[in-house]
Amino acid sequence: MSLKRPAKEQPENFEFNSSSLKAANEIISKYPKGKQQSAVMALLYIAQKQNNNWIPLVAMKYIAKILDMPYIKVYEVATFYSMYNLSPVGKYFIQVCTTTPCMIRGAGKLVEACKEKISDNESELLPGKNCSWMEVECLGACVTAPMMQINDDYYEDLDKEKTLEILDKILKDETPKPGSYRGRINNEPENGRKTLMELKNA
Amino acid sequence: MLKDQDRIFQNLYNDLGSDLTSSQKRGDWVNTKEITNKGRDWIINEIKESQLRGRGGAGFPTGLKWSFAPKEVGPRPHYLVINGDESEPGTCKDRDILRFEPHKLIEGCLIASYAIQAHVCYIYIRGEYFVDGQKLQAAIDEAYEKKLIGKNAAGTGWDLDIYIHYGAGAYICGEETALLESIEGNKGQPRLKPPFPALVGLYGCPTIINNVETIAVVPTILRRGGKWFASLGREKNTGTKIFCISGNVNNPCNVEEEMNIPLKELIEVHAGGVIGGWDNLQAVIPGGSSMPLIPKDKCETLTMDFDSLVAEKSGLGTAGVVVINKDQDIIKCMARIARFYKHESCGQCTPCREGSGWMWRMLERMAKGEASKDEIEMLGDVTKQIEGHTICAFGEGSSWPVQGLLRHFKDEIKKRNNFDPIVKETQNIPYLVDQHLLDKNA
Repeated sequence: MSLKRPAKEQPENFEFNSSSLKAANEIISKYPKGKQQSAVMALLYIAQKQNNNWIPLVAMKYIAKILDMPYIKVYEVATFYSMYNLSPVGKYFIQVCTTTPCMIRGAGKLVEACKEKISDNESELLPGKNCSWMEVECLGACVTAPMMQINDDYYEDLDKEKTLEILDKILKDETPKPGSYRGRINNEPENGRKTLMELKNA
Repeated sequence: MLKDQDRIFQNLYNDLGSDLTSSQKRGDWVNTKEITNKGRDWIINEIKESQLRGRGGAGFPTGLKWSFAPKEVGPRPHYLVINGDESEPGTCKDRDILRFEPHKLIEGCLIASYAIQAHVCYIYIRGEYFVDGQKLQAAIDEAYEKKLIGKNAAGTGWDLDIYIHYGAGAYICGEETALLESIEGNKGQPRLKPPFPALVGLYGCPTIINNVETIAVVPTILRRGGKWFASLGREKNTGTKIFCISGNVNNPCNVEEEMNIPLKELIEVHAGGVIGGWDNLQAVIPGGSSMPLIPKDKCETLTMDFDSLVAEKSGLGTAGVVVINKDQDIIKCMARIARFYKHESCGQCTPCREGSGWMWRMLERMAKGEASKDEIEMLGDVTKQIEGHTICAFGEGSSWPVQGLLRHFKDEIKKRNNFDPIVKETQNIPYLVDQHLLDKNA
């Protein structure tokens, strides 16, 4: 199990803005009448996007009110799932996969790069920085390992230099190009592909 | 090697584009109406005849699962739920289906929903695949626009709505009942079975849950016939499968191959061989992190299907092949996997919650050579205490890789952790809690 604690400093108020509210209502309509509680995960995610990548406690109370469910149940969900950040992580949230398939292809170097550029410690948002990093479990891109995720995008086929380049861009508040950094657009073998060659050459 | 025309996922590498027009050129949505007109029993029988087994890890026969759905719809509606919570380390096949072959999945959803009489289908996608989920959403929107789903979907007379539900980074939600809990807006903690979801599932209604790959191969099986699918592979392990080959190979890749393909062919032909040559191979995890590893000498002749891997005390799982060469520290690799399970345990059952952390801490010490001799036996003991004593299969998933390590690399651990426990029995410390540390022979 992972341990998560809400941030010490919490804002006083939270409300969805109009676009979030529209998205939230759309999601609630996907579920049967009376089962609106199903939308809690999506609503937490919307709140996180609106609030600069983290969810304050007032947002959980607000969502509980919208979905007509006890606050503690929203809190339970927010603390159970690892993608909800309960304290500020910065505008860019960097997640480095270090599970075995990435580890044996050198994910440790990516962690080194993050330590050099961002902060010595995981999940630490230094003053004046717009990003923080953390080690996460398998992100499901093992064939393009090592890789990391920044906000919604995957950055794959990395090594230390490429990671440093990406982090430099982020520190300058630019969004680097997502995808493979060895030019792959998919999970085909880089050299010597043996299958579906007629389609490739078509 | 499998012939190209027998590959189901022609667009696995996105050579052709994933939009509706190019999908239709590949044969998707061509005669969906004709298929459903043949009736539910025909569809389920054809799937049974194809001997398709679920692609999500457990390998349960799909046709059989579908036949568990009640024949008549009672007061409670039926649901179809697609499991796209792909989080098993070593596995990344569903992602390619979501982003490159979404229409195969959507058409499969329609046919399966028709077969089990569901009007609503939820596709559960792990939260990290948000971008790939958006691509699927675009394909769903396109299908709605062309009336392929929605009211009277594709002219079949069947109404179907498909919704995507995103997860939020919990491996355990890949377990089917945890996934249902998650859709209902709860913590993803598995339910006790029985009752099985086919009778009491989502919102207490009959629910069939299938993996993304399982559903995506259904339309092709029905078009080409269950016999064709059953002719590939071998008895009870039929058809094709997407293998994900990662780790220490020259060209890590996803490739669709016939079941029962030799492991050596997968690695040497498709993935460009082991880094440092075949002799540099140390071990292979054949089916995602929860399957016990297999040492090199057995890899020479191993074939990849459900039953032959079970015979080797491992399993095909999700077919995520992780190749580990001799440059890696095998104990450290397994310790990292144990850390994964410690992090992902949902905390519901005590043996798993406490045991997964215990195994991780012991393995970390063993990797550094700080464990005592006795602990090696104790580690095996702990895995046995977890296995079979939990609500869901996560307990097995976390203890099997450790058992695999102990089975094949015990000598390596013993060599590194060679000191006796500090406490000798002669010292006679009555208040000692850790009685197991006492040296029996001292």
